[in-house]
Amino acid sequence: MNGPHDLGGQMGFGPVAPELDEPVFHAEWERRALGVTIATGAMGAWTLDESRHARESLHPAIYYSASYYEIWIRALEVLLERHGFVADDEREAGHRIWPGVKPIRVLAASDVTAVLARGARCDRAVTTEPKFKAGDKVRTINEHPEGHTRLPRYARGKIGVIAAVREGFVFPDSNAHGKGENPQHVYTVCFDGRELWGQAADPALTVSIDAWESYLEPA
Amino acid sequence: MTHDHHSHDHHHDNDLDPFAARVKALETILTEKGLIDPAAVDAIVETYEHKVGPRNGARVVAKAWSDPEFASWLARDATAAIASLGYTGRQGEHMQAVFNTEGTHNLIVCTLCSCYPWAVLGVPPVWYKAPPYRSQAVINPRGVLAEFGLVLPEETRIRVWDSTAELRYMVVPMRPVETEDLSEEELARLVTRDSMIGTGLPLRPGSLGPGALWPASEEPGLAT
Repeated sequence: MNGPHDLGGQMGFGPVAPELDEPVFHAEWERRALGVTIATGAMGAWTLDESRHARESLHPAIYYSASYYEIWIRALEVLLERHGFVADDEREAGHRIWPGVKPIRVLAASDVTAVLARGARCDRAVTTEPKFKAGDKVRTINEHPEGHTRLPRYARGKIGVIAAVREGFVFPDSNAHGKGENPQHVYTVCFDGRELWGQAADPALTVSIDAWESYLEPA
Repeated sequence: MTHDHHSHDHHHDNDLDPFAARVKALETILTEKGLIDPAAVDAIVETYEHKVGPRNGARVVAKAWSDPEFASWLARDATAAIASLGYTGRQGEHMQAVFNTEGTHNLIVCTLCSCYPWAVLGVPPVWYKAPPYRSQAVINPRGVLAEFGLVLPEETRIRVWDSTAELRYMVVPMRPVETEDLSEEELARLVTRDSMIGTGLPLRPGSLGPGALWPASEEPGLAT
């Protein structure tokens, strides 16, 4: 979707303002926000792609005024409601009112270290041969789907060169919507700065994205 | 907000902050429903606050600087090379290390969200996740680097990696000059988090200033 999250090349947000000796967390609630987000994700009720889509589907006015952990929590509330775990009236009350859906698993404290150290691989076997090889010239598609996609707007309809052929990966555009993993080959595609940003671009700039095969056409 | 605080005041939130109250309410409901184990939440926080952080990445870089065979493995199969030092898992399942050279400086960004190599760098800093960095890193990377005090020669190619899929990138900066005599442990001390994102360079020997990952009194304690 052409949502507020798709920030590449936008202007007017002001300085980056890196913080000297930044703490890992700036408030106790940020600690809980991180932990609760990961712990509920481990229930296995939604995918990483669905949770990314929930974040980018927040209203732009909220997305741009919220800190990142706030974005996480607001999106988590949507996911918990959508999947029948926590209802709006419960959040209003601050307490359990309904039994709600039972998850297939709950992350136990004793499993945390192992679960985090294992992670969750997203690469999958793909039976077809990769359509492109390193060095091939490609053009990214110029599509504007209403659903989740990982092809940023600044890199749509642009000509680039395949820098690397990656493994097959779960296709977020379908997986975010519960329509299956449909894995595809992923490619690292390099663009010259001027192809993306015009003649005023830095002449010594190369930008790459990682693109699923269906984002690409031969050029 | 009308959330009830009476039964769950053990996390010491600032109750004046409405968003803190909102998070606390959510955690309370999730706990009451048996959807989360608060001790699991504690363990997750403990992991990313004290165990998994940029010191991991610094040890990877120091080893790559000291051991050409490891550097070549890291270039070829970063996931396996990094796992050999014990760093695996969430947001590090598919790693790629990108090496700075005399002519090319690498910079990592996620314009679409906040993808970041947690297994080697920990959770990302606020600025990495915020709109100014995400919007400008791909169009005006030299302007962004200047904000970090890093000005590169005009002819240095800037190579920006937008993490749009599940690959997670880390920059291997160039080994600082006059470090031939340093041990791997001493080299690790020169590596900063920002130098592994590409928004900085490693420290110079003897100038352990802002960005140092170990206080002078503490040994890096390299993993074996």
